[in-house]
Order: sequence, then structure tokens, then C-alpha cells
Amino acid sequence: MTEEALFRAALRSRNLVVGNLLAAAFAIGALLSLFWTPYDVTELAIATRLQAPSAIHWFGTDHFGRDILSMIMVGAQTSIAVAIVAVGIGMGVGVPLGLAAAARRGSLLDETIMRGNDLVFAFPSLLIAIMITTVFGPSALNAIIAIGIFNIPVFARLTRGAALPIWTRDYILSARVSGKGPVRISVEHILPNVTNLLIVQGTIQFSLGILAEAALSYVGLGVQPPTPSWGRMLADSQTLIAIAPHMAMFPGFAILLTVLGLNLAGDGLRDLLDPRIRNAPP
Amino acid sequence: MKRIQQSAAAFALLTLAAGGAWAAKADVTIGIQLEPPHLDPTSAAAGAIDQVLYSNVFEGLTRFGPDGSVGPGLAESWEISGDGTTYTFNLRPDVKFHDGTDFEATDVVFSLDRARAEDSQNAQKALFSGIKSVEAADPTTVVVTLNSPQGNFLFNMAWGDAVIVAPESIDDIKGNPVGTGAFRFSEWKRGDSITVVRNADYWGAAPALEQATFKFISEPTAAFSAMMAGDIDAFYSYPAPENLVQFEADPRFTVLAGNTEGETILAINNKMEPFGDVRVRKAVSMAIDRQAIIDGAMFGYGTPIGTHFAPHHPDYVDLTGNAPHDPEAARALLAEAGYPDGFETTLKLPPPSYARRGGEIIAAQLREIGIETEISNLEWAQWLEQVFRGYDYGLTIVSHTEPMDIGIYARPTYYFQYDNPEFQQLISDLSVENDPARRSAMLKEAQRTISEDYVNGFLFQLALTSVVDARLNGIWPDAPTQAVDLTGVSWTE
Repeated sequence: MTEEALFRAALRSRNLVVGNLLAAAFAIGALLSLFWTPYDVTELAIATRLQAPSAIHWFGTDHFGRDILSMIMVGAQTSIAVAIVAVGIGMGVGVPLGLAAAARRGSLLDETIMRGNDLVFAFPSLLIAIMITTVFGPSALNAIIAIGIFNIPVFARLTRGAALPIWTRDYILSARVSGKGPVRISVEHILPNVTNLLIVQGTIQFSLGILAEAALSYVGLGVQPPTPSWGRMLADSQTLIAIAPHMAMFPGFAILLTVLGLNLAGDGLRDLLDPRIRNAPP
Repeated sequence: MKRIQQSAAAFALLTLAAGGAWAAKADVTIGIQLEPPHLDPTSAAAGAIDQVLYSNVFEGLTRFGPDGSVGPGLAESWEISGDGTTYTFNLRPDVKFHDGTDFEATDVVFSLDRARAEDSQNAQKALFSGIKSVEAADPTTVVVTLNSPQGNFLFNMAWGDAVIVAPESIDDIKGNPVGTGAFRFSEWKRGDSITVVRNADYWGAAPALEQATFKFISEPTAAFSAMMAGDIDAFYSYPAPENLVQFEADPRFTVLAGNTEGETILAINNKMEPFGDVRVRKAVSMAIDRQAIIDGAMFGYGTPIGTHFAPHHPDYVDLTGNAPHDPEAARALLAEAGYPDGFETTLKLPPPSYARRGGEIIAAQLREIGIETEISNLEWAQWLEQVFRGYDYGLTIVSHTEPMDIGIYARPTYYFQYDNPEFQQLISDLSVENDPARRSAMLKEAQRTISEDYVNGFLFQLALTSVVDARLNGIWPDAPTQAVDLTGVSWTE
């Protein structure tokens, strides 16, 4: 498919368009908050707390009088940063492991990597994250590492699974005959052929990363105050839900819409990029 | 038709019976935040033990009244010798422990000797440190001899840590407490509740309640729903002040706002640089806007304090003026101390909302004068390990709920590490002073010293906010000690 055709197909995919628009809205909010927010999120104004949404404070104010719109914008930064690094860790470690396992299929290395993955997979991901942050103390960095670690087996398995059939192809055989080592083959021939899958999986893991960050912050193990985080905003709002429902509503919607957007985008990308679906009869 | 009449009659009877049962209601379910680790008030500091058992199951020689005054308990009366070192307690006759054994002078000797023994597990051993000997003169008379006169001995004996236990039942006390109180321990459902039932053989006036259940609910949202649904009749020390507005507006409930002995402080690690410099500590104190913290963290419940002393105590001195909210002056002080651009420190916060919310507000207030704090939210176990025992912190927020605990400032190894020999001398003089006027003057002096040394940031006196069913009477509004005394609790007819 030519680039132009691909682009046209992308525009036709409703999932992809809606998903990307939603994700982009939050990305723009996060980027904007780097330079400007309607109000300072570290400044407290007890006198004007718990105000309902109004022209002055579009999303209202929280229990300390902070502007919720500003907090959601900065919170998007936190969520996106945590998710990007966590997916980065997962890909950075998981993909090479998966490639190595596929290259040495059936060997001790393969067994070690895959059983190691099974071990990490065996624990519920949030439980691992809670364990890590409890042992090493709650902080943004530890939350990122924790979320990153349970991304590793996801990418390792995916990569290995996708790489194995490629290794049986004729062009790999010819590459081997021409004297290329397994590392070079993996990088030059295998990796480009699994990139599509990795992108799709990356989008989905990204949304899971945002959810995980929100969950960790909700129980107090993620980003520490005063840095705003959607999960902690939800936790703060919990006892106030009867008198200030807007405090729970906006961070809740922010999480919902971002994750929905990323999942739609992931689905759309898969439809577009996955050769099996792409070539399937309609 | 006949059948309908019959069932209608049955229904009427049923509702009548139900109505009758309701009118005779003599049981109560009370929510408390924490579950006791075990049930021996004489071997642990946990306030939850006293909340359930103090005065209900266990009694001491003297006891606290609802206003904090000390009155007779198991000792009917007492005489104090002229030199103030010998206390002769006349015990109530015909008092029985819940297991049927008699309460006698030997039980008092056993309890006090056990509490002050070398290997005692008592959490407040200082209460008993002045005792030289305890003797049973006859079954209803106990003579306590002190090393030196002790001004607050009767007060000390009213503490939950000084209740009288029996040697016959001491081995199982942690799971099956046997005392002399108006209620006997009945059942402990771990993780859920503790039930006590009326003691028919109680020596004093019989309580109106037949049965009381203490339910452990630490989650504010769960506490709110349990209260609203009527699953519990009262919540002692309600955990979320933000909900109180709703309870106040609801005619089914009464909100009791009372005093506690909880001085809430921004504790400063006096041995950690730069807090060794009094100017820095003063700057921290002046950066704090107490009212903003009370409004923001406690929704208006709380009284500002300027020293480590309860405002409802007659000897309290209002020293809030020593550190008025003045960020300009605070910045100038920091510059004078060599930190014109401020500095960075840690702010470690235990779980209660006064600490978590108060911490965020204080962090913002300190940022205004250039002090950047790194906040970490800790669970109690971590807090005890890192802050209380490990001294590994710059600032922390905690409420000191023990009554009359200004003496902790005389302990140089206490977690805020304030070491002032003059203050230590003052407290040791105070402990042997018997003259009320001189005691009062010394207490005031002590309050001034720590306030002018800016040992800690003194924030506010924690308010005790309890939510109770409007038909329930007799729950103490104040907390002179950690207790939910049920002896005077009853339902409106």
C-alpha cells in the first residue's frame, strides 16, 4: 500500500480518527501545561475551595481551592510521562529478549527468558507494582519502574511469537547462508517485520500504563503531592463526592476518555497495519 | 376475605411487636477507626484498646470524668500524708471481677507492681516510676508510698494504663479481658467488631445499655455509608471532617464537636541542619497560617495553639502570637540565618487526614518563603520506623493525643530531639512539686520556653468530632483520655 493509500485508509477508520483526536486532546493539554495553565496548581486558596464549575474555574476548584482544569492538564503530563517511560522500559527490555529467544528457539536461553516471563506474568501486575513501591517507597520513579517491569513480558512474548514464523522464511535462510549472524538478522530482517505489531501493542500498553499510574496514585503509591495526578485527585474527591461531585467527575472522565481514545487508536492501527486483517476479504 | 383479615391482624401484631422491640432498644453499635491489637490496656500504647475497654471493662483506682477531672474509681476515697509521699486508698467493698473472683487490695498491689516492674510491658511506665512501694494494709486498704511528693499521682492513676487487673485472669488478658467494670467482654470478631454485655453484678449504678458493639471502620467512605444506612448508631472520632456538614444538616444525627488532648504539631527534627538554628525554626513557624490549615484540612474544626498544651486546660497560655503568620518576616529570618534562597527538606506524613491534607497546605506555605519540601506519605509502621525511631526526617505532622504530655520535650532522645537542660530541669522540678499555684506557674513557664525556642510548629488542638444518632444520649463530647465510656449512655424513650 502506498503512503497516500494508507493515509486515506486511516481517515476512513472511525476508530482511529476518534481515538487519535481524544489522545491528541490530552497530549495537547499536557504540552500546553508545560508553558501555561489557567492557574498555578501549587497555589492553594482555601477561601475559594470546592467551587462548582463556573466561568472563572471551568472545572471548579478542589478542597484546597486549586483549579481542577489546571490540575487535569498537569496531571495529563504526569500520566503521559509515566506511561511513555513505562512502555519504553517494556519495549527496551522486552523486545531484545523476545528477539533473542526467537533466534535461539528451544535453547536454554529461550527457556530461561520465557520461563522468567511466565514468572513475572504469574503475578497480577498491580500487585507487583504495589510491592515495588512499598519496598522502595512511593514515588513517581518507582511507579514508572513498577509499571515498566510488568510491560516487559508482554513485549517479550509478542516479539518472540511474531518472530518465530519469520525465522522459517526463505529470505532469512538466504541471509543466513550469506553469513549474517543471528543478531544482524534479528535487527535487519526480523525487527522491521514485527514493528507494526509492536506499535499496536505499544498503544494498548500505553493506555494500561495510564490506568496503572492512576491506580497506584489512587492508593497513594504513585506520584507524590503536590504534583497533580488523576488517580490522587480521584482519591481526594472520594469523601467529598456528595458535596463536590465535580471533583470526582473531571479526573474520572479524563482517565476514561484518554484510555478510550488510546484503545480506539490501537484498534484502528491494528486494522490498518496487521497484514492478516488488512488482506482479509471484507 | 377472612384470610385477608387474619393476615392483616397478623401484620398489625407483627408491626406492634417490632415497634415494641424498637422502644426497648438497649443495645448500641459504635464505630471506631482502629481495631485494638489486643485487649490488655496495661501493655500497649494503642489508643483503640482504651477506647473499647476504659471504664467499660476495666477500672482504675481513680477515673477521668467527661470533663477530664479526676474522681474516685475503685478507690472510694483516699488520704494523703502531710509530706505528700504516702497515699492511703480506701477501696470499695463488695466489688467482683467478671470471673466472679473478689476485688481486693492484693489485686491493686499486683497491678501496680506488675506495671512498674523491671520487665513491665506498660506503655506509660513513667506513670509508676515514682512509686517506692505498694502495700495491702487490709482487704480494702492500699498504701502507696512514693519516693518523693508527686503532684499528679491521682491523675496518673486514672490513666487506662493504670487500671486494675486480677492475677487470676492475667494470662489470657490479651484475648479475654476480665475487669471490674459495668460491662463484661463478650466477643471479638477479628477485623470486624468487639462486643461487651452488661455486667449484672456491677458495684455501681447499672448502665442503661444491655449490650454494645464496637465496629472497626477506618475508611472514611465506609464510615459515611455505615452511618447513613443506620448500621452503626454512633461514630466516635469520625475520620472525615468534610462529611460533618451533611450530618449536621440531617435531623437524624447530632454532631458532637469537643476537645481532645491532641496537640497537632509540625514536628521539626531539631538535630538536622538547618533546623538546629532557632531562626530557621522560627521562620518555619511564621510561614504557617494556622487558620488556613484548620479550614483546609479540618474544615474548620480545631483551635489554634502556640505551644504544646491543651487550650481547654486552666493553665494554658495563648502563645499563638509568638509566631504570627508573616511570610515577609520569615524570609528575612531565613536570610539572616544564611538561607536567603531557602533550602530543601523532607516532609513525612502519617495516614490521618489532618497530616495528609495539612501537609499539602504546609508545603505550599513553606514554598512561599523558599523552603521546598519533598512530601512522602507513609503508613504508620513506616512512620514509626523512619521518623519516630529513625530520626530520618526534616519535618512531619502528628497529633500528640496523650493528656499533659509537655514532658516529652524534656527527653532529648524523643523524635524531635530537643535538648535543653534548663527545660529538663524545669520538668523534673515540676514532677515533685505539690503546691498548685507553683505547679501552675511552672507549667506556664514550660509552655513559654518551648514556644520561644520554636521547637516545633504548633498548629492546632485536634477537635474530637463524633457523629451520633440524635436519640442516643451520654456519649462524651470531649476526650480527656481515649475512651468511649458507655456507663452513662442511653436511648431516648
